[in-house]
Amino acid sequence: MASTIGQPAAAPSRAEPVVQRRLPGRNPWRRPWGMEGFTWLYIIWSIVPIAIAVLFSFNKGASQATWQGFSTKWYIGNQVTSVLHNPSLHHAVIQTLILAALTTVICVPIGVAFAIGIDRWRSRTSSGLNFVMIFSFVIPELLLAVALFLLVTQALTFIKLGTPAETAALVVWNLSWPAIIVRARLVSIGRSYEEAAADLGASRLGAIRRVLIPMLMPAIFASAVLVFASTVDDFVIVEQVSSTANTQPMSVLIYSNVHGGLSGPSLNALATIMLVVSLLAALIGFVGYRWMSRGERTKGGADALTGIAGI
Amino acid sequence: MAVHQGTHDRRYRGLWMGLTLPGAIALLVLFVAPFYVMLSVAGGGINEFFQTVVPVWNPLHWSSWNLSAVWHDIFGHGSFIGGAAVRTLIYTAIATAISLAIAYPVAYFVSRYGGRRKTLFLVLLIAPFWVSYMMRMLAWIDLLQQGGFVNSALSFFGLPGNTDWLGGKSVTVILGLVYGYIPYVILVLYAFLDRIDQSLIEAARDLGLSRWRTFWHVTLRLSKPAIIAGTFITALPMLGDYFTNQLMSGAPGTTMIGNAIEGLLEAPGETGQGAVLALMVLVVLLIPMLYYVISTARSSRDYA
Repeated sequence: MASTIGQPAAAPSRAEPVVQRRLPGRNPWRRPWGMEGFTWLYIIWSIVPIAIAVLFSFNKGASQATWQGFSTKWYIGNQVTSVLHNPSLHHAVIQTLILAALTTVICVPIGVAFAIGIDRWRSRTSSGLNFVMIFSFVIPELLLAVALFLLVTQALTFIKLGTPAETAALVVWNLSWPAIIVRARLVSIGRSYEEAAADLGASRLGAIRRVLIPMLMPAIFASAVLVFASTVDDFVIVEQVSSTANTQPMSVLIYSNVHGGLSGPSLNALATIMLVVSLLAALIGFVGYRWMSRGERTKGGADALTGIAGI
Repeated sequence: MAVHQGTHDRRYRGLWMGLTLPGAIALLVLFVAPFYVMLSVAGGGINEFFQTVVPVWNPLHWSSWNLSAVWHDIFGHGSFIGGAAVRTLIYTAIATAISLAIAYPVAYFVSRYGGRRKTLFLVLLIAPFWVSYMMRMLAWIDLLQQGGFVNSALSFFGLPGNTDWLGGKSVTVILGLVYGYIPYVILVLYAFLDRIDQSLIEAARDLGLSRWRTFWHVTLRLSKPAIIAGTFITALPMLGDYFTNQLMSGAPGTTMIGNAIEGLLEAPGETGQGAVLALMVLVVLLIPMLYYVISTARSSRDYA
């Protein structure tokens, strides 16, 4: 995704040509029904399995393949394995939310400041730092996770495995989201607004605070939503640097229980809760992004959708 | 970019440096330093008694003991890492190719023919992006289990419906990889294809090119960077994947290089070898990663 971010949004594309041309033989602008069917097949294939998994979290029985009636026992009813009553399951929900909130609150301000800093500083050091930042975006997560595990167990042992190490690791892993997205936005805004503010007597810091930051808000907001959602989803890093069961978020718990352990629909219930958290973040992101960029909207919802997906 | 680079900014250099500082510290301490620790562990030794790692911080004293042990594990007799490495490449290549083959027509259709329903299509294409990876794997595990819907559907059509899909089949692992990473490919392809100037395609048609030749000579040529970006965005994480195969099969016959790294790290006394293997993967991936980083930096400069 990174490579697309720096580019300005294209002019609204014309889906249908204005002039319907009549050529002998087949209409060259006919709708490609085959491709449309293929697209719908893909959409069904991508969504139906998830819908079934959500459905079976409400199954009355313990099966994940035979429907035995509706029930919420895997969420609240069952005294042993429901998400509400099973300590490891509800710890996992809480841990995921704590990590997502901490990471977003720490990571986004650092990333935004970093983006503004390297965009204006323009030196060999800043381009080197930019390079390192983009590198952290493309490195396979496992390699960084292993390196971070070794860092906190061999060198910086004051960062304890568990929540401190998880937060530190997630902050650096997600730093590239705000940095890349805000930087792209800075490039498309240009300098003229800030310079106008400076000409009208604003200090540099004042111009940043009162002109630049408000203009960056959609990008900052989109990156916050992305950081939150990607932390909720994160598995590799937190698996490496979590310690006891109490610091395992939902993703790790699902992973370690799929084959044996807590099985049955309570895992589906946990996954559904994760899904709802992410979708809520997406919805808030979509609405917020549209609201913040209300003055400059050209393509309706499509812009906000791609904005909060980081493209 | 050089247009605004004036004396104006140099006065505020301290401010820009100050803004960059927290991020720079985070990157240096938590991204660069960890790989130095990894090198020190890889070049270090072990405490024979406790079987724990003893990192060696001075590069001059690094030993090649772990390296030769891993080298033997990869290329030597009875190697178990070599097979995993080859399998990783094969799985990644097949899964990336399938992802691109599915994603391209979908992204192409939505970007060119989405029309008034484009927003709806985008919502549906982006939806899986917001569903966690674990959830998506769990969904397929439910479907593929012994009495699951896939087997029921197969026996409904008179096919053998007792396949143990989750018992170590490469097909299942590749399905998991494709299903897990394809939303990213589609988004990347869509972002590029949506920016292709439609008038170029119209011009090609007006000049008499057939639909197929227009696609071949114009659209496909223009979408080359999209295909390259889509390949990177899926292949790089797939090469470091170790959980998809664990979830979808868990059998030794489908292990990938990531599992070998994990296994060595957790084995007492072999953490150093895990670090060596991780560094080897990093070195192999360095060239594609650098290519991607440099082309990203270049394209953002071109558009600035």
